[in-house]
Amino acid sequence: MIRHTNLVALYTISRREIVRIMRIWTQTLIPPAITMTLYFVIFGKLIGSRIGTIEGGFSYMQYIVPGLVMMSIINNSYMNISSSFFGAKFQRSVEEMLVAPMANWAILLGYVIGAVTRGLVVGALVLLIALFFTSLHVAHPLIALGAVTLGAVIFALAGFINAVFAKKFDDIALVPTFIITPLTYLGGVFYSIKMLAEPWQVISHANPVLYMVNAFRYGILGISDVSVGWAFVLMLVFIAALSLVALQLLKRGVGLRS
Amino acid sequence: MSSAPALVVDNLRKIYGNGVEALKGISLTVQPGDFFALLGPNGAGKSTLIGILSSLVNSTSGDARVFGMSVNQQRSEAMRLIGLVPQEINFNQFEKPFDICVNEAGFYGIPRKIAAQRAEKYLKELRLWDKAQHQAREMSGGMKRRLMIARAMMNEPKLLILDEPTAGVDIEIRRSMWQFVSGINAAGTTVILTTHYLEEAESLCRNIAIIDHGTIVENTSMKRLLATLDVETFILDVTSAPAELPQLPGIILRRTDEHTLEAEMARSQDLNTLFAALSANNIMVNSMRNKTNRLEELFVRLVENGRQPPEAGESKRKGQGKAA
Repeated sequence: MIRHTNLVALYTISRREIVRIMRIWTQTLIPPAITMTLYFVIFGKLIGSRIGTIEGGFSYMQYIVPGLVMMSIINNSYMNISSSFFGAKFQRSVEEMLVAPMANWAILLGYVIGAVTRGLVVGALVLLIALFFTSLHVAHPLIALGAVTLGAVIFALAGFINAVFAKKFDDIALVPTFIITPLTYLGGVFYSIKMLAEPWQVISHANPVLYMVNAFRYGILGISDVSVGWAFVLMLVFIAALSLVALQLLKRGVGLRS
Repeated sequence: MSSAPALVVDNLRKIYGNGVEALKGISLTVQPGDFFALLGPNGAGKSTLIGILSSLVNSTSGDARVFGMSVNQQRSEAMRLIGLVPQEINFNQFEKPFDICVNEAGFYGIPRKIAAQRAEKYLKELRLWDKAQHQAREMSGGMKRRLMIARAMMNEPKLLILDEPTAGVDIEIRRSMWQFVSGINAAGTTVILTTHYLEEAESLCRNIAIIDHGTIVENTSMKRLLATLDVETFILDVTSAPAELPQLPGIILRRTDEHTLEAEMARSQDLNTLFAALSANNIMVNSMRNKTNRLEELFVRLVENGRQPPEAGESKRKGQGKAA
């Protein structure tokens, strides 16, 4: 009975999140597609044409496509869950879920599924747009799919934790501005860390986004600055750690129950 | 489970992080099928109690059992039996009422097909069906409150908790809401009501607890409580109120204006004495009504004046009336 309740509740939350994303598609899907198109035009076409090939015989445009796709996925996954869950807190509609007999994992997983869905839909749109500018041959499809999915899950969990602690809308904008954006830009989206001098090359290995971007780049182009196996292990460790934190916060009712 | 009380609150205590002790170890029991009033002034602890019962507030100590299910130890089982209509609007205002109800059912594990049927049933019963596919934010305040009742009914609870459901709602909508709630109570659902409209509590509820400063100051049946009221004040609409009023033993007669008198008298005194004296003085009474609601008079005495009504039957006093 309880298991059945949780499955129905999980389906309800996931469905509600996906319906919300599709209902406000002009806010959730179109802006990231436009932003990434500008990246392709400015960095890929205008500047990239002067750079030539960057690594493994790939053009600069081809090189940045996986990074830009991953960047849009993690940004949208994070923004979706943080704004949606904080919005539920702000309107107090989160109480609908808190007073219901469902388990905390169903609440968390429902929101994560919604966030990952938005991330992957935006990623697919960006990849589609990229094909207007360059040709791509997917080297390892399963690794590519695994990398984007795990990356989206990590940032969904981080966004959920941010929303739990947030007390006002400004609080959910701080982390993307001061943490995610710098990590993404310094995570090898636009360059190979092999181009960096020491100690920056070593320091870059402390950036988790580097592993996500390179795992996905390996899946698409077959090249990577880091060990792909190690990247997947790290992503799974991040997911496990963030899940435990999020579930603990829900159990204790931090920011949710008095 | 069927023989268990609808609600047992056992020595429940809540101290908030800022040190405020909202509940000071309260205990009460609500029997199945009851229509129970939980009254108290603002800040008395009513919403804290309801928050603990619905698991939105963590208790500091003590426990509550809903039809035998511990809110602390068997949260899921207890929550499955409760429907909550909170004081504040707490649904997503950008969603449609139909979706709000269907999603609520989903949180309780009710399959979508059954949820859709229930949503239609309760939205129709609460006269919201024509708004079912509009955004909830477009609805009036009264409609939003009715939507929260419809939403609370989606899991067809055995215990429905209404926290000031008619606040700011006009009289017509309020009556229709009470008609609906009385109907589901008659069908077997136990109802706990908090309200500041004391005439509502008096006319609807069979049992009552008055809470103040985190303690129960009165817990008895409505009949017994009202029986403790020893003095009543009546307003008399008269054809012509003379300047010189007759002196009546045990009755204080006051002239409000040329057509209105006020008569304050012991409840034990019969009204015939009053009417006979007025007739003898050629004062013709056209109509008569209570000056205040009877429960309101008692409530004020218990909570604001810190006075106790006389002992009445099995009335249980769990504490002393507050000093105002």
